[in-house]
Amino acid sequence: MIPELGHFALALAVAIAFAQGVIGIFAPGLRDPSAMRAAPALALSHFLAIGAAFLALIYAGVVSDFTVENVADYSSSLVPLIYRITGTWGNHDGSMILWCFILSLCGATVASFGHNLPASLRARVLGVLGLVSGGFLLFTLTVSDPFTRLWPPPLDGAGVNPILQDPGLAFHPPVLYTGYVGFSVAFAFAIAALIEGRIDAAWGRWVRPWALLSWCFLTSGIALGSWWSYYTLGWGGYWFWDPVENAALLPWLSGTALLHCAIVVEKREALKAWTVLLAITTFSFSLSGTFLVRSGILNSVHSFAAAPDQGLFILALLGLTIGGSLLLFAFRAPVLAATGMFSPLSRESALIINNIFLCSIAAVVFTGTLYPPFADLLFGIQLSVGAPFFNQTVLPLTAPLILAMAIGPLLPWKRAALRPALERIWVAALIAVVIFVVMTASTNAITALGLAGGIWVILSAITDLAERTKFLRVPLRDSLTRLTALPRAAFGAALGHAGFGVMVCGIAGMTLAAQKVIILAPGQSTTMAGYTWTLDSLHDAPGPNYAARVADVTISQNGKPFLTLHPSRRVFVNPAGVTTNDAAIHTNGFQDIYVVFAAEQNGGAELRLNRHPLAPEIWFGGLIMALGGALSLSDRRLRIGAPARAKKPERVPA
Amino acid sequence: MTTRRNLLYAAPLAAVAVGGAGFYTILRRMQANDYDPHALPSPLIGKRPPPFTLPGTNGQPGFSNTDLLAPPRPMLVNWFASWCGPCAQEAANLDILAQNGLTIWGIAYQDTPAATAAYLSQYGNPYARLAADASGLTAINWGVYGVPETYLIDKTGIVRWRWAGALTDQVLLGTLGPMLHQYA
Repeated sequence: MIPELGHFALALAVAIAFAQGVIGIFAPGLRDPSAMRAAPALALSHFLAIGAAFLALIYAGVVSDFTVENVADYSSSLVPLIYRITGTWGNHDGSMILWCFILSLCGATVASFGHNLPASLRARVLGVLGLVSGGFLLFTLTVSDPFTRLWPPPLDGAGVNPILQDPGLAFHPPVLYTGYVGFSVAFAFAIAALIEGRIDAAWGRWVRPWALLSWCFLTSGIALGSWWSYYTLGWGGYWFWDPVENAALLPWLSGTALLHCAIVVEKREALKAWTVLLAITTFSFSLSGTFLVRSGILNSVHSFAAAPDQGLFILALLGLTIGGSLLLFAFRAPVLAATGMFSPLSRESALIINNIFLCSIAAVVFTGTLYPPFADLLFGIQLSVGAPFFNQTVLPLTAPLILAMAIGPLLPWKRAALRPALERIWVAALIAVVIFVVMTASTNAITALGLAGGIWVILSAITDLAERTKFLRVPLRDSLTRLTALPRAAFGAALGHAGFGVMVCGIAGMTLAAQKVIILAPGQSTTMAGYTWTLDSLHDAPGPNYAARVADVTISQNGKPFLTLHPSRRVFVNPAGVTTNDAAIHTNGFQDIYVVFAAEQNGGAELRLNRHPLAPEIWFGGLIMALGGALSLSDRRLRIGAPARAKKPERVPA
Repeated sequence: MTTRRNLLYAAPLAAVAVGGAGFYTILRRMQANDYDPHALPSPLIGKRPPPFTLPGTNGQPGFSNTDLLAPPRPMLVNWFASWCGPCAQEAANLDILAQNGLTIWGIAYQDTPAATAAYLSQYGNPYARLAADASGLTAINWGVYGVPETYLIDKTGIVRWRWAGALTDQVLLGTLGPMLHQYA
């Protein structure tokens, strides 16, 4: 019964979403205030309907209702409760419901908190969100229905893929999807602005918190995914330039650019068409990232299996959404004239430089990801583009970005001189150069460059805060007063930049990783990276739905044991016989000791011993970036609707 | 001037239209079953590998196409790279195959000798012989789609089967096993 109700709620959501779309987009043109007020109400009921469908699907998973095909195929009664819940979105059909649920949540948030928006703009934004949601809900209902029944039901489900039975992966999709889908709001604002034919500073103030919120989620989602692949897949790698990873990186790059140039719209009312284009591009990348992967076009290790007819439906939806919005852009963008001016050397220009580098990196990643299928289509050549291509092309573009992102925040708005900025940052530059020279001598140039670049960004963020508080130039007490008076957005920006610096340091440190594969019998030991690694014993341990074989490895330095790790191999009962390696990782914040129990043979254990310097900094940096974004978001100036309270812009419906 | 500027605003649309048409063609061909990005038909099947000579790596001698003319038993040529995630995934299965007496020759694709050495020490070395295709040019001649990729060569030196992607348990049992039996 419950799955039928869920199915019905899904169908209802399709109808409401299209109504929201049509009424929201056309009501302002008809100058019908009551119709415009209908849009928020429809958005809320749309959210309730899809929420009910989502809950129904989770319920079916929790009670292990195997008459639902989706539950029978991807869940099992033996799986712990948490994974019966998260297993709901661990497959194509279920993840569609999650995706649509988050989209409707965005719409409901705009509807609930958008009181300060002009009624026509709010109706149009909700209308665009409704149309997008309607299309994807229709796709879910017709060709990816998760509520399909199965009769007779199997005795038990096929099980949750063991690799997905992990807390990291349980929360990775919702966080990543929120990041992807959150950009739909910036997109809807962009489309609404194109329809209205005007963009002003107030528009920038509404768009930026949304872009920032989605950016925080996307950053955390990518970091979580990378962390998950680091500790579960047992390869010790954190980024593989796999098409799915690139698909998440692309909206992050363009979203970061959007975040920065929305500031220029807000401050200077310039770069309007470019900002709108970036908003469209970012959401288009998000859509393509979620769906192109499923169409099976991109050859990836973690794609969902989807039939080609689903692919055509998705392509049609993408074509309508992206093509339609760009068509509107082609006709309406010339209307959006810039009103503000700024000199070629200013904070605004620095933000443009940031945009140029971020977009160049995005273009390179995009080309590398899509070249293989297109080369095959056009020229019939089959080739692969892998890590060497991306490393060689992205690195030279990241270096100037790092150089520029340190100087940019020190430049004043509108008109700047390079000299004062350079005078302030010479300490950071000096330290970075010293680090580079010292590290080149002891390691290699690339690692040294990475470390120096990371430190340079961190120090410049500190310099930025020190400058704003006139540290050491006025008495310390005055500096403290200035520090507490600083807007949170300033801290947020500094923290965001510093987080990126920390991540760069982590990536640089990982190039110095040491590893060794060895077969040890219990009692034997080996030395690597200055440590002695001893296999003490091998024993069995039971698990909820698997049997584990555990290796006890003691690591000692100078004869003193300081750490015992317990890597294990898990043999799953359901799906039967699937084995995973559960890596044991010990971190002290600056280095990971990472041991994988890869195989057992002739009474000995094949161990992969790794020492990863600065590895935690990669995810720590991502977390700091997301925190910086969140801090900036909590700034009253940026809080949703807050600026409009001070100054209510006059708007007439177009 | 204005017209030219307006054309610029239409450029993103044009780019997306071209891309969309491309994807549409790929999807139609996938539907018609004459294109599968995951199991591409290899132009090499039924033929001998194209002429090549690759240097060895990690102290092993390289090999050329003439070494593959008449192997004593059916063998595999496995393309891999240290930077490739799925390669690490299939490494355990390659080890099992090698331990069971199947000859596997490896070609390290676009890799440095040091990285290859680290990779082999980490994941095991199942390769009887090991060559390096640092430039990737031989890979293009073979029609290698991506790494890992595995070719089955029979006793007459003819390529009988190609697998693009990791050799999972399913592939070993379902496809490679019967193929080895057939060409033994």
